[in-house]
This record gives sequence, structure tokens and C-alpha cells, in this order.
Amino acid sequence: MLHFQTWKLVLVLGIVIAAILYALPNVFPRATMEQVPTWLPHKQVNLGLDLQGGAHLLYQLDEKEMTDDWLNTIRGDVRETLRRTRIGYTDLSQDAASRTVSVKIREPGDVDRAYQELRKLAAPVGGNVFSGFSGYDLDVSTKDNAVVLTVTDAGLTHRMSSAIQASIETIRRRVDAFGTTEPSIQREGRSRVLVQVPGISDVERLKTLIGETGKLEFKLVDPSANAEQIAQSKVVPPGDELLYGNPPSGAPKGTPQIPYVLRNQVLVTGQNLVDAQPSFDQRTGEPVVTFRFDAAGATRFGKVTQENVGLPFAIILDNKVISAPVIREPILGGTGQISGHFTVQEANDLAVLLRSGALPAKLTVIEERTVGASLGADSIESGKKAALMGLALVMIFMLAGYGLFGLFANVALLINIALIFAVLSLMGATLTLPGIAGIVLTIGIAVDANVLINERIREEIRAGKSPFAAVDAGYSRALITIIDSNVTTLIAVLVLFWLGSGPVRGFAVTLTVGVLASMFTAVTVTRLMVAYWLRWTRPQLIPI
Amino acid sequence: MFRGFHFIPPDTNIDFVGMRTITWIISALLTVVPLILIETMGLNMGIDFQGGTLIEIQTKESPASLSDIRSKVSGLGLGEVQIQEFGAPNSVLIRIASQPTEQEQQASIGKVKQALGDTVDYRRVEIVGPTISSELIASGTIAVVVAMLGILIYVWFRFEWQFAVAAIASLIHDVTGTIGLYSLFQLEFNVSSIAALLTIIGYSLNDKVVIFDRVRENLRKYKRMPLVRLLDVSINETLSRAVLTHVTTFLAMLPFLFFGGETIFGFAFAMCWGIVIGAYSSIFVASPLQLILGVRREAWSASPAPAKGRGAAAARI
Repeated sequence: MLHFQTWKLVLVLGIVIAAILYALPNVFPRATMEQVPTWLPHKQVNLGLDLQGGAHLLYQLDEKEMTDDWLNTIRGDVRETLRRTRIGYTDLSQDAASRTVSVKIREPGDVDRAYQELRKLAAPVGGNVFSGFSGYDLDVSTKDNAVVLTVTDAGLTHRMSSAIQASIETIRRRVDAFGTTEPSIQREGRSRVLVQVPGISDVERLKTLIGETGKLEFKLVDPSANAEQIAQSKVVPPGDELLYGNPPSGAPKGTPQIPYVLRNQVLVTGQNLVDAQPSFDQRTGEPVVTFRFDAAGATRFGKVTQENVGLPFAIILDNKVISAPVIREPILGGTGQISGHFTVQEANDLAVLLRSGALPAKLTVIEERTVGASLGADSIESGKKAALMGLALVMIFMLAGYGLFGLFANVALLINIALIFAVLSLMGATLTLPGIAGIVLTIGIAVDANVLINERIREEIRAGKSPFAAVDAGYSRALITIIDSNVTTLIAVLVLFWLGSGPVRGFAVTLTVGVLASMFTAVTVTRLMVAYWLRWTRPQLIPI
Repeated sequence: MFRGFHFIPPDTNIDFVGMRTITWIISALLTVVPLILIETMGLNMGIDFQGGTLIEIQTKESPASLSDIRSKVSGLGLGEVQIQEFGAPNSVLIRIASQPTEQEQQASIGKVKQALGDTVDYRRVEIVGPTISSELIASGTIAVVVAMLGILIYVWFRFEWQFAVAAIASLIHDVTGTIGLYSLFQLEFNVSSIAALLTIIGYSLNDKVVIFDRVRENLRKYKRMPLVRLLDVSINETLSRAVLTHVTTFLAMLPFLFFGGETIFGFAFAMCWGIVIGAYSSIFVASPLQLILGVRREAWSASPAPAKGRGAAAARI
């Protein structure tokens, strides 16, 4: 066990030097590291949100709302298909609980034809390289003289999946507007999105911006309806709908919302927008949002405004009227502006919202963890202080317990810590406050490997072995114990990794890396030191 | 040359397993008393498992006026509100009970911020909705159980079933003992407490495996030694290691108790206790249990390794 082949020696020394080089950037402030030439290792360990401050927001996509929307669409498609193919029907209905749309066919002889036509509405889903074709998103069947369309599990999963993907893109565009460094937006499970934004201070604004669905619609105001009256009686004329808008910002507190009676038909939606920017009204100097439609949107908007000059139309965001200006002249260029007594920031946020597009369904925050920058900085300070003190205590104690061999163990311990930081930096892992505690715990574990070895050496010396033989046997015997005891620790830690998120996962990562690193340093690095020390000094007695 | 201080003299020979009548009583107390504590005093469940809102603020003036904050927050109609000083005189922790829906939960934080104004520094805000809290309870429980099962299988595979059962029983002892500590001091029980429990499980087992390894080795070495004696010899032989390792780990963790900051205090406290109770259970729970369960010697003598004295272990490597 004490003889090292040259290549092994080179390998171990190489790893140690690399570890120190890659760990070193963490000692310097970030600003210093930016001046280091790029060919040198310059990656630092990422700090978790609990250490640098920031927001952790877990969003849940509203599955029910999405299913309802889909059933609505299916119902529309069924109606359209049956009309096109001239099949008479009654009782077109949808049921959210069973995820079905059903329709009765008037003539029993038409049922089969209706079935054939409606079956075309089902689209194949799934189909990746591994599972191949997995079925249709709709299951179409006949029951007596009715046709029933059921949303399949595969279809719903597929739709959730694409909705989550779309949400992630949308959220990313919105978060990017804050200009923070390295926000992370990722999918969690079936219907969730985890948003982590380090270093953000105005979390409420972030939440508002992400939380809005961002569905923009233009509708005409019904000029014949008296909005106040209808708002009180709640009797809305057919083809119209009642929506509300905020009172002007100058109005006294407690002013009720303003009702608007609008034509049901949507003129243009936010999907036709190609750009939206905050700017100022040229006449009043008030903050506004200017927007530009794509070709189709511009044509449609131009036509509508041409036909309705002098009448008001409403700009609606997420079923809330932002403003209802009067069309003074046809808007043919496809550009326009939204004014709604905004502040500069509100105009800015609205522009971001419109540019980023709408979310496929409403997102609800189900978990939020926000750490302010000041607490993060305090945590780094206290974590650092506690860890350094712990390290010092351990090193003093090892020196007292094992003398020279304690010194060997201490050198190995420092290399071990360098190794942990090197691996964490290279992995791009995140260091959290519990993670710092994990490193400290690793110190205990790393020391344990050396303690096991040193105790064995003591026993072998007591049994009368020569220094060489005692050290050799000490390492061999202790090895199996070290492996057994570390594997059991790893089992518990791996479970922790699987369980945890954020800080807890950071703890599991550092502990895993630490345990593996400690096995390496204990069985190779200290062995190397001890072997060369024995060879050079040829001691008669082992000072242990 | 300095040879290091022997904290445990080499010829130490304590009759640990012989004390088992007394230590059984202590172990039983260490298991039952926590259960009574949990039943009577309950656990101070954090928002991770209960849902709710937690806000840590720092006020400009020091000390913060708790009564002023209390009156402002409790007037909001958010149900049960707890307000306490947290670490420093101008640091205050506000805990608000779970709201009926995720939306109301979200709205609650806005209301609090409005009531307290911009003059305070919001150091930390945590909101856990009802969906997540029930999931966290489930995954926390599963984690502890899965870890135990994984360990059971590994120890069974590497040793014998008696070792595995003894290990698991001692781990249950450690876990209940630690949860009892949370109850006794009303420390907040949250996700990092589960992390602490799993770490204690890992650490405590690490310790047991070291003794098991020695027992296995000694079973090969001393074929005629009575099991009681053999267990004692094994514990005594590894005692010096145990003391050194536990003291170093404890020393490493100790500064976190005093300087690690308020957020990690509970974790550090549980870890320090876990080191102590884990060390105790290795000697006084796992070993006497092996005696009761009766370790089969044939299993080791029949192994192909030459079972001659100390050569046995070396030959296996």
C-alpha cells in the first residue's frame, strides 16, 4: 500500500494541483476575477438565493382553466364542422368533470357520417423517439345517436406540456425586462414553473408582471347601451358584455370602478402585436404605450376604425378595460398608442407585458421564498465565520490527538476543502447556507477517515509491527471500514438530494462532493505524504 | 517528536454491554419521553408543513416595538399572527397562519407590507401555500423512510440481518430522540429539520458501521469468545476513534450554534444533539441489540477468506 507507481503519483499530484487552481478563484472578490486572463480557471461557486438575496417563486398553471378553454374550443370546432357538413344536431354541451363535449345528431342516419367527420378533429400526440406514437388527443365515440368527444390523458398531458413551455418563454421575456443577472426559469413536475431571480429587490413588481395573463383585446363599445344602468341591473343586452375599468388616477380614494358595455366580438388581439414600447404622448406629455400590429392586424384594425369613426372602442387587458378612446380618424398605419393615466413604470411594465405575449393560462404562486440582499450578506458573513472557526478547532484538535500524523491529516483536510470548491465551481453548483454547514460536516467526515487510519496504525504498532508494516497495514485495514461507513452516509444524502429543493439540495450536493473528496484525500493524499515521510526519514518509531 | 495525546488509553476496557440493564432503561426513556413530549407539547411546525406566511423584518429603530407591529398586523383580519424577536433587538419574525386559498395567501403579504410601510427592511418573505405544504409533509416522511430502507438493505447486504435490524432500531431511537428535542425546545420543525434528521441518520449509521466492521473482524478472529465479551472488545477497540471523530465533528459544528445566524440555528442545534445521541446509540442500543438478536458466527467462519487472526481482514482487500 505504500509504494506508488509513478503514474499514480503524477495523477494524484495533478488532481491536487488542479483542485487548488480551480478552487482559488473563490478566494478573490468577483471584480478581481474579471481581470484574470481567461486561460486561468476563473469560475466561482454560484451563491444560492439565501446567500445573495433574491426571489424563488413556484407557479402552478391552472389546469382546470386550461381544460375549460380547450373544451370551449372543441365545442366551437364541433359546431363549425357539423354546419360545414350540413349535419343537423341538438344539445351541444360540454362537461368539465368528465372532460367531454357531446352532441346529439338529429337524424339517426347521419350519426356515422358525423362520427367520421368529427374524428378528424382528433390530432395525434406524443410520439418521441422512445415511446413512438402514443395516441390521439381526443377520443371520439358514439353513444346511441350522440357523438362524444373526450379529452384523453395523453392529449391533456401534451397540452399542459406545451402550455408550460410557452409559459416559460413568456415569463423569461418578462423577467428579462428587469435586467437581473442569470434568472432561472424551469419546469417543475407536470404543471409548475419555478422562477428564481437572484438579486432582485422589488419582488411585488416581479410577481405582478409574471402573474398577469397579458391577454390584450380590442373591442367596440356599444354606443346604444347605458353602462351605469346595465351595471346596476346586471341585464346585459344580447351580443354585449359588461367589463370594468379603473377610475382615473386623480379620482378620490374609494371611487367605484367604471363599467363599460362592449360588443362581444373581438376586433384584434394581442397575438397580432409585433411591438410595444413605452413612450410619451406628444401633446399631453403623459406616459403611454405605443404598439404596432402585424400586417393582418393592421388591415383588420384599419377596416374597423374606418367604419366606426367617432365611436369609442375599448382596449382590454385580462378582462379589464384599460382605456376606451374615441376613434378620431381611421388608423390605417397599424400603429397606435394606449393611454390610461399610467405612471412611467406602469407604461414600461405594460409594454413588457404586451411584447412578451399572453400566458396560455393563469399562473398562481404556490410557494414564495424571498431573501433580501442584507440578510444574504449577513448569512455569508456568519457562515464564513462559523466555518473558519470550526475548521480551526478541528485542526487544533487533530494536531493534539495525532501530532505529526494530525498535521498530515490537516494538510489533507485543506486539500479536501479545495477539492470541494473546485468540483462545486466546475459543476456550476450552488452554495447555500446549509451547504456551508455541509462542508463543515464534511470536515468531520474527512477527519474520520484519517482517524480510522491513524487508530489502526496505533493498534498495529501496539501489536509490535515495524513502522513500515504498521502504516501499511493501517491503511489496508481501515480502507474497508471507510468505504462501508461512507456509502451508508451517501445513501442518506442521496435521498436528501432527491427530496430537497433550494438550500436543502445545496446541502446535499456539498455533502456528497465532500464525502467523495474525503475518501480520495484520505486514502491517497495522506498515504502519499506518509509514504514519502517514511522513506525520507526512516523513523524507528512512529510518532502517533 | 510530538506523538499526539491519547485521549483514550490503549488498554481501556469498559464493560459497556454489561451495563445494559441500566442503559436499556435510559434508551427506553430516550425513546418514550420524546414521544410523550410530541404528544403533549406538540411540534412547532414551520410554514413548510403547515402553510402560511413568514416575514422577517428589520426596523430602523432598535429595539423594534413588537406591540406596535402586532397591533398593525393583527388588525388585518388574517387569522392567527405570531410576532417574535429574531436574533437581534430590531429583527422581528412575523408568522401568519395559512389562508384558505392560494390567492388570499398571496394577497396577505401585500396587506402586511401596506400596514408596515416602507420604513422597515423586508429581510425574508416565505409563503407556502396549502398544496406545497402537504406535498412537503409527504416527501419529508417518504425521504426518512426511504433512507432507512436503503440503509437496511445495504447493511443487510454487507453484514447480516441482525446488524441491519440493530442499526435501524438505533436509528429510530435517534430520530425520535431528535424530534423530541425539537418539541422540548419548541424549535421550528421545517424542511431543514428533515435535512438535519437525514444527516443525523447518515452520520449515526456511519458510526455504527465502524463498530459493526470491527465486530465482524473479531468474530473471525476470536472464535470461542462469548458474544457479550466480543461486543465489548469491539467497542473498546474502536472507542478512541469514536471519541476523536465525534469530538472533531462536534467542534466543527459548534461555531454554527453561536455564530451561524438565526436561520441555521435549529439545524446546527439538531446536528450537535444528533452527534451525541448517535454516539450513544451505537454503543448502548445497537450493540446490546446484536446480543439479543444473536449474531450467527458460521456466516463468517464459512467465508472463503483465511480466518486466521488478523490476516482475515487484510486478505479481503
